[in-house]
Amino acid sequence: MIRILHQVFQTGTITEPLAASDRFERLGNRLQEEIRRRFQGSLAVRLVDAGSCNGCELEIHAANNPYYDIERFGIHFTASPRFADLLLVTGPVSINMQTALEMTYDAMPAPKLVLAMGDCAANCGLFGCDNYAIAGSVADIIPVDGVIHGCPPSPTDLIQGILALLA
Amino acid sequence: MTLLSNTWFAERLGDHGIHSKYLEDHHPAHMPCLEIRRLDWAHAAGEAKRLGMRLVAVWAAEAGKHDVDAEGRRALYSYMAFAHPEHRHALLRTELNGEQPQIHSISAHFIAACRMERTMQDMFGIDVTDIPDNRRWIKHEQWPETAYGLRHTFDGNTPLSPDPQRADVDYDFLASESESVYEIPVGPVHAGIIEPGHFRFLAVGEQILNMEERLGFVHKGIERAMKGRNAIEGIRLAARVSGDSTVGHAWAFAQACEYAADIEIPPRARHLRGVLCERERIANHIGDIGAICNDAAFAFMHSQCARLREEMARLNLAIFGHRLLMDTLKPGGVRADVNDAQIQQLVAQTQSIADEVEHLRAIYADTPSIQQRVIGAGRVSVQEAGDLGLLGYAGRASGHYPDERIEEGYPPYDTLDVPVPEGKLGDVATRVWVRFEEIAAASRMVVAWLQQLPGGEIATPWTAPEAGVSGFAAIESWRGEIAAWVRFGMEEKIDRYFVRDPSVINWLGLELAVRTVPVPDFPLVNKSFNCSYSGNDL
Ligand code: SF4
Repeated sequence: MIRILHQVFQTGTITEPLAASDRFERLGNRLQEEIRRRFQGSLAVRLVDAGSCNGCELEIHAANNPYYDIERFGIHFTASPRFADLLLVTGPVSINMQTALEMTYDAMPAPKLVLAMGDCAANCGLFGCDNYAIAGSVADIIPVDGVIHGCPPSPTDLIQGILALLA
Repeated sequence: MTLLSNTWFAERLGDHGIHSKYLEDHHPAHMPCLEIRRLDWAHAAGEAKRLGMRLVAVWAAEAGKHDVDAEGRRALYSYMAFAHPEHRHALLRTELNGEQPQIHSISAHFIAACRMERTMQDMFGIDVTDIPDNRRWIKHEQWPETAYGLRHTFDGNTPLSPDPQRADVDYDFLASESESVYEIPVGPVHAGIIEPGHFRFLAVGEQILNMEERLGFVHKGIERAMKGRNAIEGIRLAARVSGDSTVGHAWAFAQACEYAADIEIPPRARHLRGVLCERERIANHIGDIGAICNDAAFAFMHSQCARLREEMARLNLAIFGHRLLMDTLKPGGVRADVNDAQIQQLVAQTQSIADEVEHLRAIYADTPSIQQRVIGAGRVSVQEAGDLGLLGYAGRASGHYPDERIEEGYPPYDTLDVPVPEGKLGDVATRVWVRFEEIAAASRMVVAWLQQLPGGEIATPWTAPEAGVSGFAAIESWRGEIAAWVRFGMEEKIDRYFVRDPSVINWLGLELAVRTVPVPDFPLVNKSFNCSYSGNDL
């Protein structure tokens, strides 16, 4: 236990108010304002991977790491679409995931915000919409409120995308 | 690097009355492709088993556009690849009857073949006789019966419309008749931030009796989408077969193309590929160790590991231009060079991360609450691992040690010793132990290569081979062996790309491992395998 505490103190707080990610911090603060104003301080996000290569998921995980710690702005990921304010979708929508995506969307309470994350979600990316196994981009399947480009978008892009959607 | 043709397997088959013909248009010669008669198919697989080979993959391919017969028909072939620890890889091919394609199953010899054979049925309409499991796999229930995604007669460019007649067809999961056994369906959308797939548990109380995987949800037609791209475009697609193994997949694809085109990449590019691939290994192992601990409520490790992983991602971006190292390879070499200052940065970071990981490892080993959860959890026996042919750390934790960095010994791994962590117990603790060992070994390799980085070019100009030429490569990604087979068609375009991610085989290991655990331990065991859904579903 002593060693754990020692390591914890030695690492210190790395969550960034640092100059290096000043931008992230500023974006985050503005986002927190919006979330406070519109969602009583907490934005619940349900992620659906509708066919991604898993690169986008790695960056969502990164947004939760101690450097970015997206939760401090009031954003947290929820298991159930029933509590979700925002549906974050990655990947081109595969034929085999279309129904699951639609059901998740239907299960959410209004207002259902939908954010398409990554080039695949935006326009099928390198896999192409002219593909037998792909039903389309996210906007082809459910109404989309915002798009974040990138392959994959970085954690900063993600937070910026959420801010652009709410502001 | 061109080695003499490897006749070992052909001779062994000949001893047992199986005649084979060496195919000249396949490369490299040390991993030959042999044509055999269709009726020898299952027999040849049986011989491979007796010779101590493991199954690498079984797949199918149609002849390309350049290769149609007088009546405009294209031949249909089925392929299988095996690997022997000393005698390396060998491929077998046989031609099927194009009108009524049929092939005998080899699942009786290699059970891991079964899902790949089901995929052949789904994608080509090949009737695999005596297959132990005849259900659809990648092609889900609602697809029309004749939607054979990889046949040239199928329209691959229009999104498929589900067959309304099949709307109510369900996948036939293994069920129990007992009243006290209940089913837990999980997925395809899981609780956390992970890829989609369906798990069907049969449980009594807390105890799992059986877990069955239903995958294919993220099938996005990658093999079909590769058709018609040249190697330069194609590698970007291959790099997205599974985003967490982007270097591994890009390398396997590039190597297969380079073998086909008989191109050697410059020494500096080889070393840099090694550095990239080992960095990918380190980052993923660190991330997974943290996630495994997190699933056992040891959040401290999770934060620490996530921190180290982020530091690697940032340096990746600064030096190689991408946080996850996507698109850092190209056919013929690598895209970005490193200067002396960057080499210093990489060496310094690699060493400091290796030290930090050792420190965390000591804490992990000294914390009874996590040890109690991982020791003995989710065991796969040595026998089971061998039967399935488990790859990567899943194999190395269970007494099965295939490692292409050693067996195939492709550069730059021929310049140093790759240590093999020889685990036997096959539980979560051993899979974690293997990963810690691999982080340490990979760090040493990265530093060694960077300190003796050869000068010169970072790429050889790419020139595509003639139509009909194919190449095969096996690359040890962080998850295990990736096998890729690429055949070129007309106008320098690829006309068939087949890839087998290690997950295709390791998913089977997970099914076995969770038969001994209570339901709440499933996430922990699952994470210790961390198979790719995307890499499996393609
Ligand atoms: S946008 Fe890029 S990283 Fe994200 S799922 Fe698509 S290919 Fe993968």
